[in-house]
Amino acid sequence: MMEPFRAVSSRVAHFPEPNVDTDQIIPKQFLKRVSRAGFGKHLFHDRRGPDFFLDDPRYEGCSILAAGDNFGCGSSREHAVWALKDHGFAVVISTSFADIFHSNCIKNGVLPVRLPPGHMGRVMREDGEVTVDLEAQRIRLPGESMRFEIDAYQRRVLLEGLDEITVTLRHRDAISAYERDRGPPSAIV
Amino acid sequence: MTARTLFDKLWDAHTVVDGGDGPSLIYVDRHLVHEVTSPQAFEGLREAGRRVRRPDLTIATVDHNIPTTKRGLPVVDQISRVQIETLESNCRQFGITLYGMDSPRQGIVHVIGPQLGVTLPGSTIVCGDSHTSTHGAFGAFALGIGTSEVEHVLATQTIWLDKPRPYLIRMDGTPGRMVTAKDLILYVIRNLGTGGGAGHVFEYAGRAVESMSMEQRMTICNMSIEGGARAGMVAADETTYRYLRGRPLAPDNLDEMIDAWRETLHSDPGCRFDRTYAIRADDIAPQVSWGTNPGMTCDITESVPHPDEYARGSADLEAGARRALEYMDLEPGTQMTDVRIDRVFIGSCTNARLGDLAEAAEVAKLGRVADGVSAMVVPGSQAVKAAAERRGLDKIFRDAGFEWRNSGCSMCLGMNPDILEPGERCASTSNRNFEGRQGSGGRTHLLSPAMAAAAAITGSLADVREIT
Repeated sequence: MMEPFRAVSSRVAHFPEPNVDTDQIIPKQFLKRVSRAGFGKHLFHDRRGPDFFLDDPRYEGCSILAAGDNFGCGSSREHAVWALKDHGFAVVISTSFADIFHSNCIKNGVLPVRLPPGHMGRVMREDGEVTVDLEAQRIRLPGESMRFEIDAYQRRVLLEGLDEITVTLRHRDAISAYERDRGPPSAIV
Repeated sequence: MTARTLFDKLWDAHTVVDGGDGPSLIYVDRHLVHEVTSPQAFEGLREAGRRVRRPDLTIATVDHNIPTTKRGLPVVDQISRVQIETLESNCRQFGITLYGMDSPRQGIVHVIGPQLGVTLPGSTIVCGDSHTSTHGAFGAFALGIGTSEVEHVLATQTIWLDKPRPYLIRMDGTPGRMVTAKDLILYVIRNLGTGGGAGHVFEYAGRAVESMSMEQRMTICNMSIEGGARAGMVAADETTYRYLRGRPLAPDNLDEMIDAWRETLHSDPGCRFDRTYAIRADDIAPQVSWGTNPGMTCDITESVPHPDEYARGSADLEAGARRALEYMDLEPGTQMTDVRIDRVFIGSCTNARLGDLAEAAEVAKLGRVADGVSAMVVPGSQAVKAAAERRGLDKIFRDAGFEWRNSGCSMCLGMNPDILEPGERCASTSNRNFEGRQGSGGRTHLLSPAMAAAAAITGSLADVREIT
């Protein structure tokens, strides 16, 4: 069972670099673990250093990440989301996400928010406290509030902390009927 | 019936629950499993007391972190060994067929699926690996998924998906001499960008695609994810069916199935694509990447671009290009053919099939690996390795000074001991030139197998057309 997603209030960590790939978010040398825990300390391992946003004291304790276009591209490794979450990020905001990364976020109770470029620019400049309210589909900044769009099903999964396998198993009969009437082509071995 | 794209047909045929505007529940015909993205999924099943719904539609192999040195030796890296042993015990517990370290059927999951006849036209195929798009070459809908989805597929044999939109990539004409499938797909990604296909499924069509072998089609479909697409596919045709006949795990009623596939596995005339992008293969030169994502690519005849000309007005892209050049230690204006290299890697699910190795061997036999360069050939599967050895390709490579290894993902992602040292520069037939991908601080130039062999014997990035 996933924790239901609650509204998040925090300052925003700004990382506007476009096309950040999951190899950077969690380098391969950390993919050999067989559990989901403990990836946070390796987040952006090879990029860390005084000039990197994660090491900027202003961003310490932030749980909202504002990222550049096409965030999370490349490898399907879910470890990237496990690392972000374990480090404390509950929300990632960008103009666009790579598809697999976006899906991995939802499965782990991390909210990926897509914003049009104008709104994104506003969030990228915000230094004060921001609230991301999934229930209301709104981002509240000092003196301003903006709506964001999200797929209704994904919103429900996050708000209720749904276990998708449980949801799917309610369609057990439909799956069995599919197998009986339409497919799959044949067993492999 | 309205005209439908190939993708629409595959989607419709596999819809268990139609979600309308929301995600639909899609049936999975084939599930491929490997050691790196599966342990947490099996653990989840155990914790919830669930079983694998269809072990008969699931196969597993070890590829990502196994050594490519002599087989039969223990895996020295203890954490890798734990991951390999975990897969072995999970497959035993849940009744899944595993092609392990010592199996002649072991290999990179996206090489063995097609080679064994597990990958079938018209099917849906998933794997916890983004390069699952490879299998789309057979007229299949094949996509990479995360570990939570692996667990979901193991438990239910289905996956919830928002319907991606079809995107036609037309490759017209005939590629010039020594211009390969790898060059065409790098050229496409260079123009569409690494996020250009997001939310879409590429269908590759046109004369250049129709003329390709299955292996070449796999190369272009493999890199669909590098263009940001959810999947890539090619209509099934006689080339597809010829490839399938005689595969060890192909279905017994293959001929019957082929008759049915002939009727359906193509886009109907007049169907609608959400977007279209077309190239003329005749105009394309051998490609080589200069930066830190596969879109940062140019012709081998060009020079390293200036960040502002690459960025075309985007400040963030310009900053990205500056950072990439700094990481790659390249100066704008340097001729690509003046860039010296330290290592050559011929391998990966993109370019380690028999045809790829033959293409590289043709070039390798024209010289010897240059002084100061170390070059490695890692066949995509043990079966590819055996077939290459029957044709004497191993001898050509060895005589030219290349190392000849056992199969695995190897230096494509450097989870095993095959990695670049910091600062080393590699000409690589793999799919990603991300920072640190082949080893922390390592620098990757993506190119075709023929171009990689040309770089090996020249000692620098080279235009393979000039030496052949």
